[in-house]
Amino acid sequence: MAAFETKGLVARHVGPVDFCLAAGDCVGLTGASGSGKSLLLRALADLDPHEGEVFLEGIAQGEISGPNWRSRVGYLPAESHWWAPRIGDHFSKEAFTDEVEQLGLPSDVFDWNPERMSSGEKQRLAFLRLLSVRPEVLLLDEPTANLDAAMGLVLERIVRQRRDEQGVSVIWVSHDLGQLERVAGEVLVLDGGSVL
Amino acid sequence: MNTIALTPLDLSLAALLVIALAVVSAFLRLQVSKSILVAGVRTAVQLLLVGLVLEVLFSNVNLVWIACIAGVMLAVATREVQSRQKRGLVGVWGWGVGGLSMLLSSFVVTLFALLLIVEPTPWYDPRYAIPMFGMMTGNTMTGVALALDRISEGAWSQRGQIEAQLSLGRSSQEAIAPIKREAARTGLVPIINAMAAAGLVSLPGMMTGQILAGNPPEEAVKYQVLIMFMIASGTGFGVVFATQIGAGRLFDERSRLRLDRLRAARS
Repeated sequence: MAAFETKGLVARHVGPVDFCLAAGDCVGLTGASGSGKSLLLRALADLDPHEGEVFLEGIAQGEISGPNWRSRVGYLPAESHWWAPRIGDHFSKEAFTDEVEQLGLPSDVFDWNPERMSSGEKQRLAFLRLLSVRPEVLLLDEPTANLDAAMGLVLERIVRQRRDEQGVSVIWVSHDLGQLERVAGEVLVLDGGSVL
Repeated sequence: MNTIALTPLDLSLAALLVIALAVVSAFLRLQVSKSILVAGVRTAVQLLLVGLVLEVLFSNVNLVWIACIAGVMLAVATREVQSRQKRGLVGVWGWGVGGLSMLLSSFVVTLFALLLIVEPTPWYDPRYAIPMFGMMTGNTMTGVALALDRISEGAWSQRGQIEAQLSLGRSSQEAIAPIKREAARTGLVPIINAMAAAGLVSLPGMMTGQILAGNPPEEAVKYQVLIMFMIASGTGFGVVFATQIGAGRLFDERSRLRLDRLRAARS
């Protein structure tokens, strides 16, 4: 059974889109700016209204509540927003000590106020915050756009680890075709809201 | 004690003050002279008309007429709530949220006061019912408009934060909670301040009116306290209903943030 599947998905400026991911699969998604990549991810995460069917482990989206769906299908937007006054309010230090170190963040980052973070730090921490919910599907919208090449490779490695060990399925949006070749088994090109 | 009757000349002298203000504003190029004059004329005309209507109502006590007047007051207040929001809800909810909130709060609180506290005979005596409902609606309208405006503006400007929370599986109620709190506080601050300052900084309008009309200050004070409590509870309930219903309408059945339900911003 497919872990994550769409049938005739149509959202604002996007679709119809059909694809099917097995557990641990990663599909790359690319296309020009404005081709609908982010809108597609938002529809998959059920943040925007849409038509057609999306299935998680064979269960239709409509049979799972919105909040439950979004905790299982985790969406990382290109620009991450924060709300708590302290990073440690978002996820526990103990669960992510290794990842924080691998991603080049200082150990006292959990005491930081989001106001003082750079865009790169925000992106890395938003990624870890998403992992803390333990989603079964990751929808990553240019997750390394604000990171240097070395840090981008570290993030790729952490995602690969989640795929291999926990069977997490991934949709990875990027303009970097080299990166998509490394991380994805298949690459879809979006043009004018449709998959070519 | 007899009331000193005001002549048309007295009111004309008072109007001169407003005209003087408009002239000074024009001289300073504040671009509010026209608004001041229009508002002044509206005040005079509207209050004179209301005076005539009240004269008729007082001499012909009739529940249907009183209900009609209350309905008109509520409709005008509803329209005012809608027009005071930079981005209101589109469609029927645009006026429905404000109207429903005011109906559930000012109407119910006024009925409570008429039936259980003041107990005039008949209970809908327009001498009590109309002024009380008018004061309730006027104040509740301000609170509800402020709260609804803050809710829609907050959701619009903090879309990223709300959706960041939704994306992590939080419920819409959790995601909008800080904005709702802020909106409720904004709606309630005017009446809380008015209660705290009552009598110390200013004499509230109704009490001043009663004293000027020759009533003993003790009676005026008792009515003012009653009205203050009614206004506070009416505004409070109105704000609570408005924030609950308004915030609820910003999300759909899948707990998605639906900013498309807000109309474009007014400049």
